Amino acid sequence: MSDAASYNFAYLDEQTKRMIRRALLKAVAIPGYQVPFASREMPMPYGWGTGGVQVTASVLGADDTLKVIDQGSDDTTNAVSIRKFFERTAGIATTTHTSEATVIQTRHRIPEAPLGEGQILVYQVPIPEPLRFLEPRETETRRLHALEDYGLMHVKLYEDIARHGHIATTYAYPVKVDGRYIMDPSPTPKFDNPKMDMCPALQLFGAGREKRIYALPPYTKVVSLDFEDHPFEPTKFDRGCALCGSEGIYLDEVVTDDRGGRMFVCSDTDYCESRRAEATEGGHALHEVPR
Amino acid sequence: MIAPADHPLLVAEGLTKHYGPHLGCADVSLEIHEGEVVAVVGESGSGKSTLLGLLSTQLLPNSGSIRYRMRDGEARDLFALGEAERRFLLRTDWGFVHQDARLGLRMGVSAGGNVGERLMAVGWRNYGRIRAEAESWLERVEIARDRIDDRPDTFSGGMRQRLQIAKNMVTRPRLIFMDEPTGGLDVSVQARLLDLIRGFVNDYGLAAVIVTHDLAVARLLSHRIVVMRHGRAIETGLTDQVLDDPREPYTQLLVASILQA
Repeated sequence: MSDAASYNFAYLDEQTKRMIRRALLKAVAIPGYQVPFASREMPMPYGWGTGGVQVTASVLGADDTLKVIDQGSDDTTNAVSIRKFFERTAGIATTTHTSEATVIQTRHRIPEAPLGEGQILVYQVPIPEPLRFLEPRETETRRLHALEDYGLMHVKLYEDIARHGHIATTYAYPVKVDGRYIMDPSPTPKFDNPKMDMCPALQLFGAGREKRIYALPPYTKVVSLDFEDHPFEPTKFDRGCALCGSEGIYLDEVVTDDRGGRMFVCSDTDYCESRRAEATEGGHALHEVPR
Repeated sequence: MIAPADHPLLVAEGLTKHYGPHLGCADVSLEIHEGEVVAVVGESGSGKSTLLGLLSTQLLPNSGSIRYRMRDGEARDLFALGEAERRFLLRTDWGFVHQDARLGLRMGVSAGGNVGERLMAVGWRNYGRIRAEAESWLERVEIARDRIDDRPDTFSGGMRQRLQIAKNMVTRPRLIFMDEPTGGLDVSVQARLLDLIRGFVNDYGLAAVIVTHDLAVARLLSHRIVVMRHGRAIETGLTDQVLDDPREPYTQLLVASILQA
């Protein structure tokens, strides 16, 4: 007997999934609005993606193919265990290839390969409220959203420029969704912000501990906040990936020894691997891996 | 009343507020004209702060109404405004200076950010212009330009109050509410702050409602005075008239109790 038989499909019971789907529908109907939902206890600690897992469980169907990434990587502990969790509880197919996946659960990155219509990107969100560090009262932040009273958000960016000479926020960079709600894109690097804009895929955000769900329907306008004289600029790297040579992608710094040796490689492991596979097929030499 | 012909900025009628069985203030009516400073005096517990809360729409009355002449000249019933409109009014055409600067300032945000917040809230999106405007207002309240990036928790009590005033003045309000603005400050700092407020009233035609228990502050700043006791306005009139020739026994007591320097 398979393990899946001892669980309901995708672990959660059907009533819970219906409750979450109702929240998702509302979230899609009001892009960027945080919908409260009755977050369940999951067999993993808060902060490990309980929100994302519940959203994924509610949208998965038997014929879906799931990909899970953690900071762009398919093979870190969190990604592997969530992938295995759904293999066991839903018996669905999994993949590491962005293009083959129908549902991608992510912790803090958007894959480099462009997403297409019909794909769903599920974000794990630790703190859904973009105004939280400026205004600690939930009653007040809800009112600020309701009244579109967003001067406060620019105060944060102002402070950044006053202190650092430029907008120093590099992740969880606030965005305005569809000209209305200000939204925390979860702690993705601001490098990924432009990918959210007019994205053909459905983007769903789940915050388990904070019990909030929000969403970006396909082709939603997403604008990063800025000042006229200090416009938003995505992070740029002055080099390419040390493994596959790609440029214009997001890089991770990897420490290679204890004498200060380090290298910069693609944060998106699937992208890096496909690029290297293409290069080998095309007869190009692989880049030397520094030891 | 001053010049009955011109239209008052704000007309409050029969404001009554109960806190459960307790009376906050009862049947207070008041007119405020442009460029006029009205002092509300009385002992603590007399309903001064309740009245200020009602006038600034931060409290809802049990009965009574307030009409306010908006910038477009139209008089509107304040309690019929939507919350968004009321908030907009509070951060553009009005100001509120708290006794405790912590309530009026963001202590974790630089002085420039504090002053700039109102500008950003009304849609300013140019950092250079916001900063220049903040600098000019800091200068006007006698805070050195090089303190613009310092947080108010590094400021003295007097500076915090002045920063609060700059934060409120930056959108050129027509009416400002002050709750014991000089409370807890030493005498020389008080004097400078009062000078500053008087200057703004003259230069910008600002109207103000100042709640204070300090009759000297009332005498120095205000044109008219409202004396409150047990939640009621027991005496109103021109400031010097009321203070020099008080009619009500309680007002006489209040005036007589000032220590003569």
